Amino acid sequence: MSGSSNIVAMKKIVQQLRFEANINRVKVSQAAAELQQFCIQNALQDPMLTGVSSSTNPFRTQKVCSFL
Amino acid sequence: MGEMEQLRKEAESLKDEITAARKAVQDLTLQDHVAGTAVVGRVQLKIRKTLRGHLAKIYALHWGTDSKLCVSASQDGKLIVWDSCTTNKVHAIPLKSSWVMTCSYAPSGNMVACGGLDNMCSIYNLKGKDGNVKVMHELAAHTGYLSCCRFLNDNEIITSSGDCTCVLWDIETGSQKTVFAGHLGDCMSLAVAPDFNTFISGACDYTAKLWDIRDGQCRQTFGGHESDINAIGFFPNGNAVITGSDDASCKLYDLRSDQELITYQDSSIMCGVTSIAPSFSGRLILAGYDDFNCNIWDSLKAERVGVLSGHDNRVSCIGVTPDGMACCTGSWDSFLKIWN
Repeated sequence: MSGSSNIVAMKKIVQQLRFEANINRVKVSQAAAELQQFCIQNALQDPMLTGVSSSTNPFRTQKVCSFL
Repeated sequence: MGEMEQLRKEAESLKDEITAARKAVQDLTLQDHVAGTAVVGRVQLKIRKTLRGHLAKIYALHWGTDSKLCVSASQDGKLIVWDSCTTNKVHAIPLKSSWVMTCSYAPSGNMVACGGLDNMCSIYNLKGKDGNVKVMHELAAHTGYLSCCRFLNDNEIITSSGDCTCVLWDIETGSQKTVFAGHLGDCMSLAVAPDFNTFISGACDYTAKLWDIRDGQCRQTFGGHESDINAIGFFPNGNAVITGSDDASCKLYDLRSDQELITYQDSSIMCGVTSIAPSFSGRLILAGYDDFNCNIWDSLKAERVGVLSGHDNRVSCIGVTPDGMACCTGSWDSFLKIWN
């Protein structure tokens, strides 16, 4: 009983591996270039790279008001 | 030769075929390609806000799409929706089960979801008529704990579970539209692609899988980690996947060349990675660790360029705002901190 369900499970595994083996793969040089390109293109919009000035920082510490 | 033995041999041969096909496109490594690029300068983020209110370990957090509101889940049995700028609690939602492990904010901002050891995903309506936040739906079918959940829209949510499957749900009817089976260990984390066509899952079988949301097909499987994958995320352009593991490393897998491109690790780091998030451009990868810190990695050069130290216990979750302005860390010390 468990033998045949093991076979069914194994067939599914083989089927999945066959699917994964057949996908198209792009050259790493091209993939790496595109990753780097994306980083460069978006670097200026990345506040963690450019830094955030306190005037534009939505999380800046509120200034304390004092009564004179 | 018995049928089982034959199938086993076929599986081994296919695995070898995949390894060879991956090698065949490896004309260059990422390290070679970026050899001429400088490492980014030291990144020093400061704590801008501390969100206080939870009374026990925080297990999960998720930013809303407005980059202002975020939801956190704690084993004090509460979901709290915070206005991160004012630190006000917009909603404090008591949960039926305090054993919560995940939470998610719907892209519309209308709902939040959570789940955990109750094996269910509970959906809460934040915009109810009388202002009270109530359970709208309870999605039950998983036979293991709910480790992660992410809304696609107000009627569809994807969950990952300790029962080794992920499920796409129709929220209205409470039915499972698609079951994504294939992992051989507990699914720990999931992330939806920026184009909402695919999602990735990380599991205790040490692999990450890419799934087609509409046809249910597992398209790619990535190995290499030496222990459970606890955290997973998409690189912002949707073409790469970042993972964090109990093996103390993070990895970047490229989807189009179908392979691991880089590992982020250091001999001085010996504890597991609990959480991971990319910065807006993807150049920085922020990862939370069991040793109470977060490390910031230059994603292309694989060098550590910053540390976030501020928690008194394990960092369990991390998230960068959609606009990239800040990151939030959640910890077992019961606090959330906003950094930029």
